[in-house]
Amino acid sequence: MKTSAGYLLALAALLVAPLAFYPILLMKLLCFALFASAFNLILGFGGLLSFGHAAFFGGAAYFTGHALKVWGLPTEMGILFGAGLAGLMGLAIGQLAIRRQGIYFAMITLAMAQMAYFFFVSSPFTGGENGLQGIPRGKALGVFDLQDDLTMYYFVLAICVAGFLLIVRTVHSPFGQVLAAIRDNENRARSLGYDVERYKLLAFVLSATLAGAAGATKSVVFQLASLSDAHWHMSGEVVLMTLLGGLGTLAGPAVGSAVIVTLQNKLATGVLAAWVPVVLGVIFVACVLTFRRGIVGELRAIWRKSF
Amino acid sequence: MSQTEDYILQPRGLTKEFKGFTAVSAVDRNIRRHSIHALIGPNGAGKTTVFNLLTKFLVPTSGKISFNGRDITAAKSAEIARMGVIRSFQISAVFPHLTARDNVVVALQRKLGLSFQFWRSERVLHRLHDRADELLGMVGLEHFAGATVADLPYGRKRALEIATTLALEPELMLLDEPTQGMGREDVELVTQLIRKVSANRTILMVEHNLGVVSTLCDRITVLQRGAVLTEGSYAEVSADPRVKEAYMGKAA
Repeated sequence: MKTSAGYLLALAALLVAPLAFYPILLMKLLCFALFASAFNLILGFGGLLSFGHAAFFGGAAYFTGHALKVWGLPTEMGILFGAGLAGLMGLAIGQLAIRRQGIYFAMITLAMAQMAYFFFVSSPFTGGENGLQGIPRGKALGVFDLQDDLTMYYFVLAICVAGFLLIVRTVHSPFGQVLAAIRDNENRARSLGYDVERYKLLAFVLSATLAGAAGATKSVVFQLASLSDAHWHMSGEVVLMTLLGGLGTLAGPAVGSAVIVTLQNKLATGVLAAWVPVVLGVIFVACVLTFRRGIVGELRAIWRKSF
Repeated sequence: MSQTEDYILQPRGLTKEFKGFTAVSAVDRNIRRHSIHALIGPNGAGKTTVFNLLTKFLVPTSGKISFNGRDITAAKSAEIARMGVIRSFQISAVFPHLTARDNVVVALQRKLGLSFQFWRSERVLHRLHDRADELLGMVGLEHFAGATVADLPYGRKRALEIATTLALEPELMLLDEPTQGMGREDVELVTQLIRKVSANRTILMVEHNLGVVSTLCDRITVLQRGAVLTEGSYAEVSADPRVKEAYMGKAA
């Protein structure tokens, strides 16, 4: 019950956060928190290192952007459309990748994501290097004008909280238990009669869909879908966020992404602007060498030891 | 055929070659229903490979496997498990990050058919806890239900593995060295356990501990270099000079 109290406290803080912080930054934090949490579903709870999640994040941004700008879909339908297509991409990529394990799984996801990236670079609808600009925010449920940053913030908060709750539920579901068993001992799960590939595939599709929802929402916030969201750098960054926050913990990826995004924002204007990758690299090395369980993982270990 | 009623598992000409090396060659066996059958042999004789072939963790190069008179040569591992053939592994096959109870619940929940329902709360599995605790009690783990399995001693993990296997009510259990690496008390415990669970079941086990084999097993197949050397009761097999030779090398 302590955990649910923690979640309520976090939710309360997020509800009042725009009073103290710039809403655009908060929305960016939320989107990345959802992205990293979705990624953690497949890495932390499924034991599969995907190196191609940028394809879902960036891809959904383009699909949603196109649906809103060109087809004039309502905002929430556009986001659902983008997330749904990301899920279908996940189905296609996952079908191929889950046949292999470990580094081979990572390589297949990376290769497929690179192909998706190439598609986004060369398709006319994405605007290539310029990105897909001028995505209209529209109205939430046809009533609330999302041009207002504060309204937009609560819209984004609702999406990200819903996505996060779905992840929590998935982890604590009959499916989540089988997934944990597969992560722990795949052969044993198979010998108990589970077709492990189908469980991994479902986890992968869920993860891709939610990563897509995060990317789609981000594209509405910034009214822009750009190549950098689909680039493999983004696939790497989400690994870093998840590891830093705590692999396989529910809150970890959100914390990790908050640290990384805040750092990037702070450093971008200072003397270290050109050194952002170096700073992130140092943090990554320090994390892996000294606190491998990540911020939340280490805190949890300390908590358990002392109580 | 009445033959298939007496015999639960019948490998025929079971062969596995790895790039020119024949690990298992032409194994023909009849495993009698409701018996405890041991598979023994020196290191490298192909015992575990036979297990892997029977449960399709490896694909046979040639040969057939029939289970209850039904050809299962083309079935996948998980399908064979669902037919009622559950195997264990040489190294303990548990889910270390789950609790002991959840290890058993993972096995129990398969028959509920909820295992793809990611939107349901795990609370729907709570109704399996009584049965899980009963199974844990059967193997002496009633006080460890809530313990994380990684923290359990080795012998307890092997016992848990048996409880998890029993949860599926298998017709045929394949146990790969169930007493390997155990102290004497644990060996005694597991031996009694296997005897207890063998009622109305067939057990095929790979075992190095000949004491365990002699007290438990009705029939013993000796493998040597992938082929069947001999088969019989413990008395017959242990009196066979070829078996001694296989283990000890040729007497001078």
